[in-house]
Amino acid sequence: MAYETFYSDLVCIGAGLAGERVAVEAAAAGFKTILLSLVPPRRSHSCAAEGGMQAALGNCAMGEGDSPDVHFADTVKGSDWGCDQECARIFADTAPVAVREAGHWGMPWNRVEAGKALCFKGGVCFEVDEKPEKQGLITARAFGGTAKWRTCYTSDGTGHTLLYTLDNKVTELGITVHDRVEAVSLIHDGETCQGLVARCLKTGALRVYLAKAVLIATGGYGKLYSETTNTVINEGGGQIVALDTGLVPFGNPEAVQFHPTGVVPTNILVTEGCRGDGGTLLDVNQERFMHIYEPEKAELASRDVVSRWMMHHIREGHGVPSPYGPHLWLDIRHLGEKHITTRLREVYDTCRHFLGVDPITQLIPVRPCHHYSMGGVRINKDGYAYGLKGLFSAGESACWDMHGFNRLGGNSLAETIVAGRHIGRQLVEYLKGAEATLRTDLARQAVAKDEARIKRIIAGSDGKESVYEVRNAMQQVMMEGVGIFRNGTDLQKAVDDLQVIYARSKKVGLKSSGIGANPELAMAIKISGMLRLALCVAYGALQRTESRGAHAREDYPARNDRDWLTRTLAYWRDENGDLPQLEYEPATKVFHLPPGDRGYGKCEIICREEMSE
Amino acid sequence: MSRQLKFNIFRYNPQDPASVPHADTFLLEETPSLTLFIALNKLREEQDPSLMFDFACRMAICGSCGMVINGRPGLACRTLTSDLPAEITLMPLPVFKLVGDLSVDTGTWFRATNSKIESWIHTDQEFDPGAAEERMENALAESIFELERCIECGCCVASCGTANMREDFVGAFALNRMARFIMDPRDKRKDADYFEVVGTDQGIFGCMGLLACEDVCPRSIPLQDQLGLLRRKMGFIALKSIFKRKG
Repeated sequence: MAYETFYSDLVCIGAGLAGERVAVEAAAAGFKTILLSLVPPRRSHSCAAEGGMQAALGNCAMGEGDSPDVHFADTVKGSDWGCDQECARIFADTAPVAVREAGHWGMPWNRVEAGKALCFKGGVCFEVDEKPEKQGLITARAFGGTAKWRTCYTSDGTGHTLLYTLDNKVTELGITVHDRVEAVSLIHDGETCQGLVARCLKTGALRVYLAKAVLIATGGYGKLYSETTNTVINEGGGQIVALDTGLVPFGNPEAVQFHPTGVVPTNILVTEGCRGDGGTLLDVNQERFMHIYEPEKAELASRDVVSRWMMHHIREGHGVPSPYGPHLWLDIRHLGEKHITTRLREVYDTCRHFLGVDPITQLIPVRPCHHYSMGGVRINKDGYAYGLKGLFSAGESACWDMHGFNRLGGNSLAETIVAGRHIGRQLVEYLKGAEATLRTDLARQAVAKDEARIKRIIAGSDGKESVYEVRNAMQQVMMEGVGIFRNGTDLQKAVDDLQVIYARSKKVGLKSSGIGANPELAMAIKISGMLRLALCVAYGALQRTESRGAHAREDYPARNDRDWLTRTLAYWRDENGDLPQLEYEPATKVFHLPPGDRGYGKCEIICREEMSE
Repeated sequence: MSRQLKFNIFRYNPQDPASVPHADTFLLEETPSLTLFIALNKLREEQDPSLMFDFACRMAICGSCGMVINGRPGLACRTLTSDLPAEITLMPLPVFKLVGDLSVDTGTWFRATNSKIESWIHTDQEFDPGAAEERMENALAESIFELERCIECGCCVASCGTANMREDFVGAFALNRMARFIMDPRDKRKDADYFEVVGTDQGIFGCMGLLACEDVCPRSIPLQDQLGLLRRKMGFIALKSIFKRKG
């Protein structure tokens, strides 16, 4: 058993925006940092973020009077009071600095152009007068669930451009990058994380990284679902290795977001910026409907609310029939050619290339589909993972938790570099005080265990189940039972089915040889872990007998602040068990904004006892 | 009537001593709106699970899936089989090191090249968290974004006559990247600094003007214009320095 070992102060698993932002902070402070990534960092899912990132700069006319306080309030309401308000506060306060810093590093943010301009809201044209003194400052567009125009952007390629800006910074600092490397397990002694075992996706060889600190920044777990905007690499790798320690909890696994405008049938995202810039949703009669359900916010209510009304409208028989099932229309035609080909350039390309639709003259077929994971590796406000010293997390992979049960559009891209900046600084403080005794014996044991498991998979010692059939079965169950609308009966069935599929996943055997960068083996190594995550999501959703944000229970339609103003902590303590252990903690220790009405997505609220009078 | 598609796919696993480079043939029934992303995944899941290829975003913005499709470099994810004949030949991109089958190591190549051309904003100015941002005209931000849209898929490099002949040529992607920085007032490098990096045979003067890069760029980046402008600028600097030396 020969394997290569790499030593570092910090190892970041994942080199999207959050991982790179943390790495920049650590490397700039002089700590040796290695970035691991499934793909070359610039191909990370961060590049798919389109519409922008929220930061209360208040430069544009429609953002006048904005402040971190207003951003904070929007974020808490968006979360349906499920968020940790201390984190939401740090986030809203830091976002403007992070935006300007990215600008300093070369991000070509769109800017304020002084003078009168025509804008749209809900299909209706109105005039905006941008002030001359704001000329050339960073501008913003409207997004759902926000009181002000606050989403800073570079056309609709904001994630791509920001990721390239950050990766340029990583290149400038000479940070070591190992791409095509996949984490297999964490190395720890029950108290402290020592590093990880990883598999090289170029050669198939196992290797060891030993470090004073490990950061998980692997993004979400969207591939538990078949219909998702997520890239093929968002398989929950970071959450799997953390959960598998039995010590680190998976926070709010059931908090899963469905985006209103996935393109039918490919589930490619078209940005919320379409609606932010004045696009409308139309039904089979090509009539607007969102203003009927949400008189105040209409198309720009939060994503959970818009997605639910869209599915409701389809269920009522107003969907457009298609070979891929009923869908609705997104209409941006009235925004005009110039706007679409400059500010919504990617949407323009995507529609033409993948749908054969020209959005300047034609309607875009859309339907809600899975989009974002609010849940993740539970960390405290400074990024420390619960349960294991030396382990950190940031970005979508983490449950920090500023999103609670629904994330606002524009707040995830913002979280990557805001949390990355904040947690990076805390991590530097940790590294300054950390003396590690790196245990090569633990590494050897971990490699031996992983290697033995891999050998059994290759040989088919435990069975000959097809990994792809197992994965497809899991994705189907998640779509059917743990989707936009949930209920006890379907969730129980989902949990039961997933347990059966989980048992099958342990009997996966390869059809191919498994030699080298074998893709079947890569999937087979993580399939059981993916099922453990799926079980956490489904079981967490079953136990949460209320509706909050994106977690909508048809059998418990009220938001229950009396019993459920909590965060789920899912542990997988029993290696041989087939259910997680669920614990709960208060959603937030501090209330800057007490629970109340969101102002959209009306639902009954069961109040906390001390507040019920 | 749906077509029966015949795929000829390059196969080689460098990690397997028993493997030799060859082509495998696969048959697949064409379905409506079939892309090479869906087709290749079907082949892997239903016919040969060892088949290696790369996808991530499957929406033409991550640049993972560049390959040679019937002789032409392109992004597999957004290639519809309906735009191709019934016989489809897939090869890995040349220039880059082969990982296996259709998968190539673009990551190492691009990182090394970005490092070589110093693809970052050079400035002595410290970031001041308390200060308002420096102003910029929106039109300039949009022009920078136009060039920043490159996704480093490698199609321009794979289709480039020079890059296929000399290993140290930085490729159209890098020259476009330099044009982006030259345009950006936040980058304080001087003409001579840019010349140092791309005013060479590894840089702009290695370009033979064949411009396949422009033809295959899936992002429609105006590479021809950028290469032309850069050649003129660098040529001018070269001439100036000759006269300076003589004077």
